[in-house]
Amino acid sequence: MKPAGFDYAVPRTVPETLDALADTARDIKVLAGGQSLILEMHLQRIQPDLVVDINRVTELDRLSVNDGTVEVGALIRHGAFESPQAVPGPLGTLFSRAVVNIAHPPIRVRGTMVGSLAWAHPASEWCAIATALDADILLQGPDGTRQVPASDWFRGPLRTARRPGELITSVRFPLLGADSGVGFIEHRRTHFCFAQVAVAAALTVRGRVIDEARIGLVNCADRPVRAHAAAQALTGADVGSLGTDHRLPDGHPFLRAGRIAAEQDAAPLAEPYADLEYRRHAIAVLVGRTLRQAAEGVPQ
Amino acid sequence: MKITLTVNGRAYPLDVEPRRILADVLREDCRLTGTHLGCEHGVCGACTVLVDGEAVRSCLMLAVQCDGSSVRTVEGLAGPDGEPHPLQRAFSAEHALQCGFCTPGFLMVAAGALEADPTIGDDPERVHGLVESNICRCTGYEPIRRAIMRAAR
Repeated sequence: MKPAGFDYAVPRTVPETLDALADTARDIKVLAGGQSLILEMHLQRIQPDLVVDINRVTELDRLSVNDGTVEVGALIRHGAFESPQAVPGPLGTLFSRAVVNIAHPPIRVRGTMVGSLAWAHPASEWCAIATALDADILLQGPDGTRQVPASDWFRGPLRTARRPGELITSVRFPLLGADSGVGFIEHRRTHFCFAQVAVAAALTVRGRVIDEARIGLVNCADRPVRAHAAAQALTGADVGSLGTDHRLPDGHPFLRAGRIAAEQDAAPLAEPYADLEYRRHAIAVLVGRTLRQAAEGVPQ
Repeated sequence: MKITLTVNGRAYPLDVEPRRILADVLREDCRLTGTHLGCEHGVCGACTVLVDGEAVRSCLMLAVQCDGSSVRTVEGLAGPDGEPHPLQRAFSAEHALQCGFCTPGFLMVAAGALEADPTIGDDPERVHGLVESNICRCTGYEPIRRAIMRAAR
């Protein structure tokens, strides 16, 4: 099918964009990368009255580092994060490990990180990281600016706290200290599938003892989930030996954390190719592997 | 809406509805039917073209988004005298096509990557990532990978 007809606006500034978004009686969609939106418009599952194309709002095409945070503007494409140097420290490594899982290079030069947070697909890689690190989503709207923490942003599949007339201008992540290690692992049925489970993790380790674990899970519930129970079980645990082959030794805290994440933090839904037992097993295994990858990255 | 697309160096002043995707405008308004449409939702990659030098899915861009942009399609690869592009010669030499439906997309994704970074042939993993971008149901991909490596030499 082809997209149904719509009106089209091309603002040049944020105020012009807000003007275009102001008529909340109409069904209005913001077009950034369009790699999900235009596909849904093809299928006519989305038929907006007005498409507001923000690609010429150059002030949104900005990536800035200040005060221990990195702020990613609404026009920064996925592909910008393929180099681990795009963002300082371990956060850059985490982004670069995640981004290769997002579709393919021709999609990554168009799609945007902020667009993924706006779209809020339950399997989105960026949503896993935003949830793990409790990133702030920055918005401008008719009532001024506001920010929403990721913990309060996702309201269900493809549903967020964005109000009509609001534009997400950027997302702000805390940078990670040099004593952090990061991991990102996802499982897909085939290369072209969405993640069946994806896990993002950042570990801070002092000596061999875990100071803090931050774990984000996607496609493990109807929205991205922060694995608080698993993180709590890890705090103060000894990293110990990670084993010599690819398996963690029996009784390792990461294995236990994986089981806690799967049983207590996640609320998976059965899918045609994955019943609940399988999904919980996959979550437990992937959380363990991701924590191991993160621990291996902690400077000795 | 009135727009101007520069396709393969030639300016096309067009009047298009906003809902029309770049691929359809290239095929129907510019009469450049080398760009093929397979899935029309960004998965198969047959419609890949270069917009301002970057390989994109022309089914997931509106033509009006490309107003003022420079577009390159498979028709723009060969030289002015019809001499095939090095990638086209490599695809032929390595038998990297059978039915040919996906070939324009593979050629453009490879052309974009090679022009952005001619050293890509030194990194088999990146070539592998490019080949993974698109779907081919004939060749089994290996000849395509070899052709891109050959053209990069």
